[in-house]
Amino acid sequence: MSERILSVLVEDKPGVLARVASTISRRGFNINSLSVGPTHIEGRSKMTIVTELDAVEQVKKQLNKLVNVIKIVELDPDMTIETEVLLLKVSINKDSQTSVIEKASLSGANSVDVGQDYAVFELTGSSKELNKFEDLMKPFGIIEMVRGGRIAIQTNL
Amino acid sequence: MYMAATKHNYLITNASEIPQVLKEAKYIATSGRPGPVLIDIPKDILNQKSDWVEPGQLDLPGYKPTLEPNPKMIQQAANLIKNSNKPILYVGGGIIHSKANQELFDLATKFNIPVVTTLMGRGAFPDGHELCLEMPGMHGNYTATTSIQKSDLLIAIGVRFDDRVTANPSFFAQNAKVIHADIDPAEIGKVREAQVPIVGDAKSVILGLINALGDTKLNTENWINELNSMKTEFPLSYNQNENGPLKVPFVLEELQSLTEEEAIVVSGVGQHQMWISQHWNFTEPNTWLNSGGLGTMGYSLPAAIGAKTAYPEKLVLALDGDGCFQMTCQELITASTENIPVKIVVFNNGNHGMVRQWQKIFYNSKFSASELGHVVPDYVKLAESMGAVGLRMTKKTEVKNVFSEMLKINDRPVLIDCVVDPEDMVFPMVPAGGSNDQIILNEEDLKNL
Repeated sequence: MSERILSVLVEDKPGVLARVASTISRRGFNINSLSVGPTHIEGRSKMTIVTELDAVEQVKKQLNKLVNVIKIVELDPDMTIETEVLLLKVSINKDSQTSVIEKASLSGANSVDVGQDYAVFELTGSSKELNKFEDLMKPFGIIEMVRGGRIAIQTNL
Repeated sequence: MYMAATKHNYLITNASEIPQVLKEAKYIATSGRPGPVLIDIPKDILNQKSDWVEPGQLDLPGYKPTLEPNPKMIQQAANLIKNSNKPILYVGGGIIHSKANQELFDLATKFNIPVVTTLMGRGAFPDGHELCLEMPGMHGNYTATTSIQKSDLLIAIGVRFDDRVTANPSFFAQNAKVIHADIDPAEIGKVREAQVPIVGDAKSVILGLINALGDTKLNTENWINELNSMKTEFPLSYNQNENGPLKVPFVLEELQSLTEEEAIVVSGVGQHQMWISQHWNFTEPNTWLNSGGLGTMGYSLPAAIGAKTAYPEKLVLALDGDGCFQMTCQELITASTENIPVKIVVFNNGNHGMVRQWQKIFYNSKFSASELGHVVPDYVKLAESMGAVGLRMTKKTEVKNVFSEMLKINDRPVLIDCVVDPEDMVFPMVPAGGSNDQIILNEEDLKNL
């Protein structure tokens, strides 16, 4: 099974996220990533759902039945720009400080907060780049890591 | 919590929203593929004061049911029909919701196409008509089930290829092409691939087909003859002994012979439901109410009260099983206090009959939690205690008289405790997951399982 990306335009109303998530999950499908946010149109939100489905057509039909779902587009991975955001808090000490900052900077991460014994970095990129950055930081001791959902947009044909 | 069981639901966060939400909810519940809409009004909102806000235009950008079928699809469907020698109209509840029974009648009779009516579609096409094959499937009659297996074209309208119709889908109508028309696009192609998928309202689809077929003459005479001889060879049957315990099919036929008008029949779930669907003669839509695929035991009495309230001049019969009746029997109090004179027949076999049947056939008669006991409750006393008339029948000679007595009483609810044979089983039967080519016609056939 390969990953499928659904871009779902919905009405910005309470409960929509729960409806969409439950429609997918009650059919036993896992959601790898889900993000939701406003669009340029007032009252409309866009959900980007990354999931591994072999029955994607049936799920699209079921999602379309939800009253608050306006439009569903399955994105073609070859014509899709995808990005994700990460915040990572890593421990530092006198010995590791320089190395951590250098590696982060080479990875393109911004340092957003530095304390006595920790630093917080922010990185935006593909899931692969974010995974790589996590691996780089692991030896220094990751205190906490948060990743936002993946968002995607289709390029012009 | 209600999400999975409703078509849509609302949570009111301000009392002023209520008028608009009610307007939307009614529209959503009754349009497209109808379904329940739940409006959740929390306690704090109930205490709120608000000015009346006149509901505005409906603004439902994500809800636009497709009613008019695509003409190209209609043309493709008509082409398939023209080339078919063994077509079957496989129709269900969608016809009744769409009020398309007259159009269906025109389509079937003009082009001589036999019709099977599913559990939810009983009454969409009149029983007794030569083209009517009645119910197919797990407990369908031999001819209806077999007609689909032998068909070369299924014209499926307002149906969803439910497993009670198809049994194992891999063995279902293997030689047939499929035209599948439904108002709900999610049903099309879900179970069976359709050569011609049509999204639309049943009535518009049928009118489109009639128009596209024009003066076409279908050559279905041999096909109809084949089906007619099947009907003669494999009729539905039951065996009512003169002095033996009552059989539900016999009781049903007696009851129908005594009712002159078209009654509204409401059932629960299980053996009695299947027997009614098999043996009752349905000639009008909306005369058969049951919960279909939801399998809601306890549906009969409350739904009958609803039907009688909507149609006070009609004869409304709640024909229920004892297991089902026990689930909502307290509503008899509602019927009595609100003066809603429904007539209830409890087919009392002291068992969850269908569960017992499966335990008998598939679990070596290991009866587990399916026995209810013949003695308690005493349904006659129960009826009387709740303000209804209670009657009882136990043998063949009593049936006519007791029913006549019931039909005379119109000022109160009446309940008949109809004591029937607990060993009786519903046939024909196709076991779940089996093939519709292998129909168990009677108890004898069980030995070959």
